[in-house]
Amino acid sequence: MANDVWVYIEHKDGAVTPMSFELLGIGKTLADGFGSSVCAFVVGEKADDIAKDAFAYGASKVYAVEGAEYKGFRADAYSKAATSLLDKYKPAVALFRATSQGTDVAAASAALLGFGLCTDTIGLAVDGGKMKMTRAAFGGNYTVSVVNEKAIPQIATVRPKAFAMPEKDASKSGEVVKEAFSVAEADLNTKVLEFIQSATAVNLVEADIIVTGGRGVGNEEGFKLIKELADLLGGAVGASRAAVDSGWIPYEHQVGQTGKTVKPKIYIACGVSGAIQHLAGMRTSDCIVAINKDPDAPIFKAATFGIVGDYKQVVPKLVEKFKGKLGR
Amino acid sequence: MKIAVCLKQVPDTEAEIKWDIPSGTLKRDGMDSITNPFDEFALEEALLTRENYDGDIVAISMGPDKAADVLRNALALTVNAVQQVSDPAFAGSDTYATAYVLAQAIKKIGDVDVVFAGKQSTDGNTGVVAAELAAILGWSQLTYVAKVRSIDAAGKKIVVERAIEGGNEVVEAKLPAVVSVIKGINEPRLPNLMGIRKAAKVEIPKWNAGDLGVDAGKVGAAGSCTKVVEIAVPPPRGAGEILKGEIEDIANALTDKLIDLKVIK
Repeated sequence: MANDVWVYIEHKDGAVTPMSFELLGIGKTLADGFGSSVCAFVVGEKADDIAKDAFAYGASKVYAVEGAEYKGFRADAYSKAATSLLDKYKPAVALFRATSQGTDVAAASAALLGFGLCTDTIGLAVDGGKMKMTRAAFGGNYTVSVVNEKAIPQIATVRPKAFAMPEKDASKSGEVVKEAFSVAEADLNTKVLEFIQSATAVNLVEADIIVTGGRGVGNEEGFKLIKELADLLGGAVGASRAAVDSGWIPYEHQVGQTGKTVKPKIYIACGVSGAIQHLAGMRTSDCIVAINKDPDAPIFKAATFGIVGDYKQVVPKLVEKFKGKLGR
Repeated sequence: MKIAVCLKQVPDTEAEIKWDIPSGTLKRDGMDSITNPFDEFALEEALLTRENYDGDIVAISMGPDKAADVLRNALALTVNAVQQVSDPAFAGSDTYATAYVLAQAIKKIGDVDVVFAGKQSTDGNTGVVAAELAAILGWSQLTYVAKVRSIDAAGKKIVVERAIEGGNEVVEAKLPAVVSVIKGINEPRLPNLMGIRKAAKVEIPKWNAGDLGVDAGKVGAAGSCTKVVEIAVPPPRGAGEILKGEIEDIANALTDKLIDLKVIK
């Protein structure tokens, strides 16, 4: 239906990425604003199982392109298939998560359809019959709101965890609309040879708790303390650019303007001064704890709770208290 | 092999950014500018590719006249040619308009095997221009590249590692390809004094909208379908609480507060 709001559902070789259902919540809010419905769309080898979950999270319909060529993710195959659906059904809005796959498909689909998109949005609302998309700009010091005046659909990628996951109701069901669209192997540009699982498997973007070390951690050894606290809380280890550039920890841990943008529920910054480039990557976290020796460190201005002190003394104390209280 | 690299001039990430609210324009006067940090990795990867496989590098930059500085820096680092793409009509281009103009420039250069670009710019931060460029050209779209394993220009093949959620995906792709790179793929070198002196004297060639044969309705603020309607300063985070006292008491209080959030499982 015209005016519907579509949500792209991600999967990896058929295994759905559960977090990709989170956009069905904000999708429903937008659809209510348009007086339309929220739908899901999927490209994959088989879509039925994924569709079942999409209905449970609130999709009223699921549109799918199935085919052997879509077994594993390939930007060109998926974008062409997604574009065929968007072009045929012309929804008002298509939302993607701002992950590597979501961004790849959103960008290529927009380009194939011939218009721009808004990326890494943190606010979405219906305003004057269009979707108003709000994103952070220039290190989070400003927010910029954008509308897409001519595009059908209006495409946005959405920062993971910017919106709450909708409630799941397994009793809900709906119609799966399957469209035939195939791409010949010879017309595809890419082939995945293998996947090398990361030894540390950092997924900062999805983490609810992040413990970050900065320049003040002092050396590689210092990150053991950071990791101990993170592990105890079931969280991930983050790092400032200074710590990464010093070679204490790999780049995949970096939070900030030239690293990852994160929005955990708890962010504990240890020995991080809070340069504007770092704040850009974490200032929308729900609860920020800052531990720093320097009482004038800018990180304290962003902190929910601040402790002026040496992380080498504070963190072991926190570990001890958490162990006692959590019984770990 | 013909290698292209896209470079963007951005405000210095150390500089304080001033917007003119409500007109929505950036106050660029007196602001220091640099090559987009991610593009430095793209440029270095182009230089390494030339060292490993031979070939010519052309550096491209779309932006106002002043953006010629980033091309001078690329010349100082010994790229073979530079090409500025500049026209008042391009001002205000959104991601699609930008990718479209770059695509026209790359087609005009001709016979390009691989385009390197940074993962995103530190000013616009959209991180999609390289992917859009690949889609418009119909070339291989290789994003988040952490390593280039091999390039076979004769066999029209490239193998890269893409750093995605949870690990690295090894992808073989056809050439031509657009490769956007992440930080850490290499260590960008610095230009030497002689290179800088030589580059200072070079006239930077420029193509405008007419040279590129772009459809004026598709570029600039007028041709872009995404429009900025509002710029705002986000509400400041509420004043935080500094926990004071003995470390024992502070740790006790903080752990209670964090456990009360019911986030720790």
